Amino acid sequence: MTLIELQNVGKRYFLHRKRQLLAERVASRIRRGRVSFWALRNVDLRIDAGETVGIIGANGAGKSTLLSIAVGVSAPTEGIVIQRGRVAALLELGSGFHPDLTGRENIHLNAALLGYTRAMVLKRIDPIIDFAGIADFIDEPLRTYSSGMMARLGFSVAIHLDPDILVLDEVLAVGDQDFQRKCMERISEFRRQGKTLLFVSHSAQTVESLCRRAVWLEMGRVRRDGPAAEVIAEYTRGVSAVSV
Amino acid sequence: MTPAAHDHLYILYNLISKDFKIRYRNMSLGIFWSLLNPIIMVTVLTYVFTKVFPQPIHNYPLFLLIGLVPFNFFTLAWATGTNSILDNAALVKKVRFHREVIPISVVLGNVVHFLIQVVILLALLLLFGRGLNRHWLWLPVIFGLEIIFVCGMALAFSALDVHYRDTRYVVESANMVLFWMVPIFYDIGQVPVRYTLLYELNPVAAVVHACRLILLNATAPPFSLLEKLTLVSFGALAAGLLLFRRMKKEFADYL
Repeated sequence: MTLIELQNVGKRYFLHRKRQLLAERVASRIRRGRVSFWALRNVDLRIDAGETVGIIGANGAGKSTLLSIAVGVSAPTEGIVIQRGRVAALLELGSGFHPDLTGRENIHLNAALLGYTRAMVLKRIDPIIDFAGIADFIDEPLRTYSSGMMARLGFSVAIHLDPDILVLDEVLAVGDQDFQRKCMERISEFRRQGKTLLFVSHSAQTVESLCRRAVWLEMGRVRRDGPAAEVIAEYTRGVSAVSV
Repeated sequence: MTPAAHDHLYILYNLISKDFKIRYRNMSLGIFWSLLNPIIMVTVLTYVFTKVFPQPIHNYPLFLLIGLVPFNFFTLAWATGTNSILDNAALVKKVRFHREVIPISVVLGNVVHFLIQVVILLALLLLFGRGLNRHWLWLPVIFGLEIIFVCGMALAFSALDVHYRDTRYVVESANMVLFWMVPIFYDIGQVPVRYTLLYELNPVAAVVHACRLILLNATAPPFSLLEKLTLVSFGALAAGLLLFRRMKKEFADYL
């Protein structure tokens, strides 16, 4: 079954953010001469159940834009996005968390927004706190957390909510070695259950160890899509060729 | 953008309790702040309109309070509703869910304050000898319509506020004008007849007028008033939902 499908997807952003005065707005509407750029263009991507896909590419290649469109947070300018199943997306460190709420309150808020009922959350809350390893701080406001603690909590919530697709954007980088190892184990287990993983990282090694398939984005287009080892080999060759 | 099987009550509960916790956690007076404002306003306005510009109105403080409670609810809910999408930018940019629940949860959070004030208002009315009458049954209908109207306004203006950040200042100014254009410190009967339509079409003024008829005169609000109130309230809700639906696709790009 296809869980995420992008057909000829493009995303255009306008660069007219310098002045927002009424006169400027009206003028730019009439001239239609707004400066724009395509963060993504002609992207076709199909992710089936059970696949593990890593997205690699330089800064500004469109990786994060692609993820936010794939999970439905942002709408494409052109093309079609189809998405099935329950998604848990960690698009940013502490995303969807509020600094003034305690860890426990944030778990409830986040899970509710992701589509879980109270009963489902109550059943999972102890394992979530346990895995994150922050039991002493769970009733403290999130603003007192270190970035590592926030990453632990975020990952723990996402993985314990038992999604069909787990979407991760560079969030593991913050945790310490011990926690990263725990995450990797948990992700492998998740994969063994036949679940789907969509993962963005600058680190080619992490992608290679976690994903069977890799997609290389370059300036908003898919440069290469195929088995992780091959794509990454080509990608690292390309990167070192440029930097030399 | 339709997440499956969302428990909307659980979402609303969490969003509303989030707003309450954030607002009151670090305040020593807590929820009493929401009662302080009407008390101060009633005191000041009673001084002005019984000592400086005496009004021919009996039991002026109660008369005022009946006007202030629905008015305060509207202005607060509209203003905080307008800011709600921007205030929750972190959620909107990173989590997928029906965005409509944000302004609606903010309005419902204000409803909690409003109901506390309504209970106090009704208690004062009983205390000062305005007995219970069967027309009180109209109150839930009237207040329900006001809530529907505020939801529409909050949806529309929260969406506009994402694109045009000036929206919140427009709302602030409109609320200042509204204080004078709603019969709070005067009675709608003092308004020249040719202007009364303006009041009947303004749901906040209509709600205040209907409340005074019910609570002070013990009469039912006239059908012509209820008809307009219903039409404008549901019209605002429909317009707000439509506008919000059109604009929400671009929220993540503008935040």
